[in-house]
Amino acid sequence: MPAVQETVERVKRIDVDQYRYGFETLIDSEKAPKGLSEEIVKFISQKKNEPDWMLQWRLEAYRRWLTMTEPTWARVDYPKIDFQDLYYYAAPKPKKTVTSLDEIDPEILKTYEKLGIPLREVAMLEGVEPKPGEEDPARRKIAVDAVFDSVSVATTFKAELKKAGVIFMPISEAIREHPELVQKYLGSVVPTSDNFYATLNSAVFSDGSFVYVPPGVRCPMELSTYFRINERNTGQFERTLIIADKGSYVSYLEGCTAPQRDENQLHAAVVELVAHDDAVIKYSTVQNWYPGNSEGKGGIYNFVTKRGDCRGNRSKISWTQVETGSAITWKYPSCILRGDNSSGEFYSIAISNGFQQVDSGTKMIHLGKNTSSRIISKGIAAGKSQNTYRGLVTAHRKATGARNFTACDSLLIGDKCGAHTVPYIEAKNSSATFEHEATTSKISEDVLFYCIQRGLSQEEAVGLVVNGFVKDVLQQLPMEFAVEAQKLISISLEGSVG
Amino acid sequence: MALLEVKDLKVRVEEREILHGLTLTVNEGEVHAIMGPNGSGKSTLSHVIAGKPGYEVTDGQILFKGEDLLEMSPDERAAKGVFLAFQYPVEIPGVATMNFLRTALNAQRKARGESEYSTPDFLKKVREVSKSLNIPQDMLKRGVNVGFSGGEKKRNEVLQMALFEPSLCILDEMDSGLDIDALRIAADGVNALRSPKRAMVVITHYQRLLNYIVPDVVHVMSKGRVVKSGGKELALELEASGYAQFEDAA
Repeated sequence: MPAVQETVERVKRIDVDQYRYGFETLIDSEKAPKGLSEEIVKFISQKKNEPDWMLQWRLEAYRRWLTMTEPTWARVDYPKIDFQDLYYYAAPKPKKTVTSLDEIDPEILKTYEKLGIPLREVAMLEGVEPKPGEEDPARRKIAVDAVFDSVSVATTFKAELKKAGVIFMPISEAIREHPELVQKYLGSVVPTSDNFYATLNSAVFSDGSFVYVPPGVRCPMELSTYFRINERNTGQFERTLIIADKGSYVSYLEGCTAPQRDENQLHAAVVELVAHDDAVIKYSTVQNWYPGNSEGKGGIYNFVTKRGDCRGNRSKISWTQVETGSAITWKYPSCILRGDNSSGEFYSIAISNGFQQVDSGTKMIHLGKNTSSRIISKGIAAGKSQNTYRGLVTAHRKATGARNFTACDSLLIGDKCGAHTVPYIEAKNSSATFEHEATTSKISEDVLFYCIQRGLSQEEAVGLVVNGFVKDVLQQLPMEFAVEAQKLISISLEGSVG
Repeated sequence: MALLEVKDLKVRVEEREILHGLTLTVNEGEVHAIMGPNGSGKSTLSHVIAGKPGYEVTDGQILFKGEDLLEMSPDERAAKGVFLAFQYPVEIPGVATMNFLRTALNAQRKARGESEYSTPDFLKKVREVSKSLNIPQDMLKRGVNVGFSGGEKKRNEVLQMALFEPSLCILDEMDSGLDIDALRIAADGVNALRSPKRAMVVITHYQRLLNYIVPDVVHVMSKGRVVKSGGKELALELEASGYAQFEDAA
C-alpha cells in the first residue's frame, strides 16, 4: 500500500484532540525535587557518578546561566517559564546494568511498540547474527540508543560497532569511560556560555548520545536515538556529541515523540558535531512532539541548540530535519565551515498546525577558503500557526570563494496562519557568491478539487500536495526515515482544511 | 437507460443565478455536445455535476444511475464513475504522475469496496493503457502536468479517463489551447474510449472539435438554459449562423 494512503487511513482513525502518542507509561521513576540550584546540579552529577571535572563544568555553566536572560528576538509568544517550578532530573528506577533487551522494563518496550519504533525488530534485537556467508548486504541496520526519559536504557549493536572501532554510548557512560574525548570536545562547538538555553543545558543535561568514529572508518550502520519525554513536568535536557575523525563517515538519526498532557514541557537540547579532515556527518531528525490540543493548550517548548563544526579541510556536515511537533520550536541547526573546502547543508521541513509557533532555520558561517553551503527550507503553515524561517549566511574576511545557495519555500493552508522569512546575509569577502530564493504560495482550491475529482478525499489531497511540496527534502532522509516522515506530515496536517 | 438526468437545475454563484432551470438527459453509450457562447453556463454545469465547491444549487436535481448526485461528495461521485476532464488541468509539483494515478485509482477502488491494485498489477495496467494512447513512459515519471505542453496535459486527462474507466466523462473545453495535431491525438484517445456502457458530454465553443468527436446529440445553451437540441447537423448549422439567433429564444 502506498505510504500516502496508509497515512490517510491512520489520520482517519484519529480525531483532533487525540494525539496519537498521547499515553503515559506507568513506570516508577526517581526524581530530583523541583527547582534549580547548585544542589540540584550536584545531585544530577552525583546520580551519574560523574568525575569532579564534569561537576565543575556543570557548576560553571550554572553560575553563568544565573547571569543570563532569556532571548526574546524569536517570533514566538508564550507565557513566562518558571524555571524553579520544573524538575531537572528523572530516571527510571535503577536496575542492574543491562546487557540485553530482555532485562528492560517491559512497560518501556511496550511504549516503543506503540510508537512503532523498530526497537524490537526481529533479527536486530534478538541479536541474531546472520551466519557467515548468509549476510545480506542490502539489509540496512540501525543501532538504537534508546533514551527513555533521562537515562539511556539500552544500547544495541554495541558489539558490531565496537568491531569497527566506533564508540556509540550514552554520554553519561562516555564521561566515565572516555573522559579524554569528552573533555576535549564537549562544549568545543557550543560553548557553555553560548546562549541561555545551551548554558542551562550544560548545567543540568541528563543524558544523550556520544559517538566517536575513528579515522578512516565508515560507520557500518545508521545510528539512531529515539527521544521521549515521559515524566510530568520534567524538563528534558539532552546532550549529544558526535565526532567524526579524519576521513570517517557517520549517519545519525534522531526521532522524538512525547505523551499528551496539559502542562507545557520545556526541552532544551544541545547537539554538537565535529568533523575533521575529509569526514562526513549526516544528521537527520524527525521531530514529532506533542504540539498542544485543538485550543493550543499544552505542548512542548523546544529550545534547541544544534551546531556542527567542519573543523577539518574538505569535511562535510549535513542537517536534515522534519519538524512537525512542539508548541514552540526555536531551533537553528548550524554549520561552522572552518576547514578549507568544507561544506554544509541544511534541508528542512517545518510544519505548523493548530496554534503551533515555529521559528527555525540555520546558520552557515563561512570561515575557510572555498567553503560551500546549501539551504533548502520548506515551511508549511496551517490552522492558526505561525511559521518563520530565520537564517544567517555569513562569509568572513578570509573566506575567499565562499558559496551559498538558499531556497526558502513556504506553503500556506487556509487563511489564519502566517509564514515569514527572515534571512540575514553578510559577506565580508568580496569573492563570496550568495544566492537566495524565496517563494510563498497558498495551497490552491483548484489543485485540491482536481485531486478530489479523481477520487481522493480532502485530506488525502492535502497530504499528496504537501508531500509533493517537500519532496526535495524528503529525498535527503535515509529510506526508513523518509517513510516515517511522510506519514507524519499527513498526520500533522489532519484537520487543517475545511 | 438514462445515465445522467439533470432536472430543472437552478444554480447560483454568490447570489447570482447562472443556471435558470436546466434539463438534460444523457443515456448510456451516447455522446452529447453542449455548445454555447461564453457565459451561457456550460462550465458551471460541468462543475456542478462534478461537485466543485462554490456553487449553490437552489432548485432541481441531478440523478446519476438513478441516485441523487447532489447528496454525494466530489470524491464519492468520482468513485461512482463521474469523470471531469478539466479545461485547464492543474500542476502538482513533486508528485510523480505515476504515483498520482495509483493513489487516485486505488482511492476509487477502495471507495467501491474493490481490492486495491498491487504495484506490479498497477504498473502493468498503466503500461497497457499508456501504450494504447501513445503516451511515453517518461511522462509518467514527471510531476503531474508540471512542464507539460497543452497537448500533453490533455493527453494526461485522457489517460486518466482510460485508467479509471468512468461511466460518465465530461470534457470541458478540451480543444482550448490545442493546435490541430494535438487536438486530433486527444480526440483519437477519447474516441477509443467510446463504448455502449459509457456516456460522454463534450462541452465546446467550436464545431471544430465535433469533427473529431462526432456527437449523437447536440444541445445549444444560452443564458443558463438548453434552448435547442438536435442531431450532429445542429453543430454545423451553428457554425454557419452563430449563436445570436438563440439569444432571443432564451
